[in-house]
Amino acid sequence: MSILEYNGAAIIGMAGKDCVGIASDNRLGIQYQTVAMDFKKIFKMNDRLFVGLAGLATDVQTLDQLLRFRMSLYELREEREMTPRVFTNLLSNMLYEKRFGPYFCEPIIAGLDEKGAPHLATMDLIGAQALAKDFVVAGTCEGNLYGMCETLWKPDMDKEVLFETLAQALLASVDRDALSGWGGVVHIITKEGVISRELKGRQD
Amino acid sequence: MSELTNPAIGADPNAPSGGFSFDNVHRNALLLQRQFPSPHSSDPNASANANSGDRSILPLATKTGTTIVGVVYKDGIVLGADTRSTNDTTVADKNCEKIHYIAPNIYCCGAGTAADTEKTTELISSQMELLRLNTGDGQSRVVTACTLLKRMLFRYQGYVSAALVLGGCDLDGPHLYQIYPHGSTGKLPFTTMGSGSLAAMAIFESDYRDDMDEVDALRLVQRAILAGIFNDLGSGSNVDTCVIRVDGTVTMGRNEIRPNEVGPLRDMVRRSDVLNMREGTTAVLRSSFVGRSGVGVSMADVTVTAMET
Repeated sequence: MSILEYNGAAIIGMAGKDCVGIASDNRLGIQYQTVAMDFKKIFKMNDRLFVGLAGLATDVQTLDQLLRFRMSLYELREEREMTPRVFTNLLSNMLYEKRFGPYFCEPIIAGLDEKGAPHLATMDLIGAQALAKDFVVAGTCEGNLYGMCETLWKPDMDKEVLFETLAQALLASVDRDALSGWGGVVHIITKEGVISRELKGRQD
Repeated sequence: MSELTNPAIGADPNAPSGGFSFDNVHRNALLLQRQFPSPHSSDPNASANANSGDRSILPLATKTGTTIVGVVYKDGIVLGADTRSTNDTTVADKNCEKIHYIAPNIYCCGAGTAADTEKTTELISSQMELLRLNTGDGQSRVVTACTLLKRMLFRYQGYVSAALVLGGCDLDGPHLYQIYPHGSTGKLPFTTMGSGSLAAMAIFESDYRDDMDEVDALRLVQRAILAGIFNDLGSGSNVDTCVIRVDGTVTMGRNEIRPNEVGPLRDMVRRSDVLNMREGTTAVLRSSFVGRSGVGVSMADVTVTAMET
């Protein structure tokens, strides 16, 4: 078992029309022992930018702290919000700095850029970026998530359809993965604001 | 949490800092050793691990897989690359960019660990720009880029696993170098690298000629990359090319050939109505909406007052 699979996670980022969504499961486990069913894996960086962190839980929380610190410093210095592209590079460089002693964490970045267009990115644990136009996935059931997203995703979904698609892709995937599940959470980022919904899922 | 108290971040942004951080190395070694007393003896892909360690529980870093090539022709250089990146056997990115910018007259194809090729070329590109500004010389030399790259790679003894094809034109004409992860280099008329290098070299060895014209060279590079895409499992998707001419012009051929377009095929599939998610399909426990607070300051909202001098 890889250290990335120690705590379990499933995260999806998905693009719609003028909106973007990010979803995760709620489980925190220690291998096959479930420890918590309300573990936070998606973090709000600003009104239009969320980051999901899959991997070792200790590094998930450490990275969230570091990112919040760097974001706040940037906003104070620059007097403006960080764009998703800048944030992606920031995180990528933070991870690559630890190239030879990495954080065991695979991030997903979902946000709206200056023009209100979706920005989706993922990277490996040492910061190799991969930008996508459709969807990005990370976690212990990556294969399942890819399968569901490839099947359910279609271009130009509105925010409600995007929510249903994300939710169904996530729930179907985690039901076939022992290490993730226990319900989930979906955030849909639109120009007007953020819709957050907690999903009902299997509790086993 | 050394970063939170690191004075270099808070205080002076110009203070010299940088290089790799080894803060987590000890922790990671203990973590891996205590939690997972190594189950398997050794992994054939050990060098693919993020730490180049020999434990199979170490997560895999994304690799480029890759077919990359370069060829010298009469009036310049043609570089080529495929666009697949892989994480173990999963395709991590179906259309990534492997031809990296070094200088206006120099580009570099990267194979190996994706993060290493990306960040190494980024770093050298920045050093090259600073060197141009410092020397006041308008043009970077390819040999300079090659030297900076090989020094960087040699310093890390192959642990920064980037295999590169560096090409460019300067006042001495076209130059093509191959650079191995350990820092050895070769200056060649044609070269291939990456897991698809054998497939691509087969094409070069049979059809390369000295002093080709641009059309022939470009065609040869495209065929070599296609050979990699179809015959090497680590390579795939599209063909990217880059022509750098001695007259200083550059043509980037991003996705010049797309033999694996899935869009039209997808459109032919009759999508079952079951796959169209209707509102209310999912059971929701709680729902909330947080409107955009408007606290986020954009530069347009700020009234700028000139500093008193």
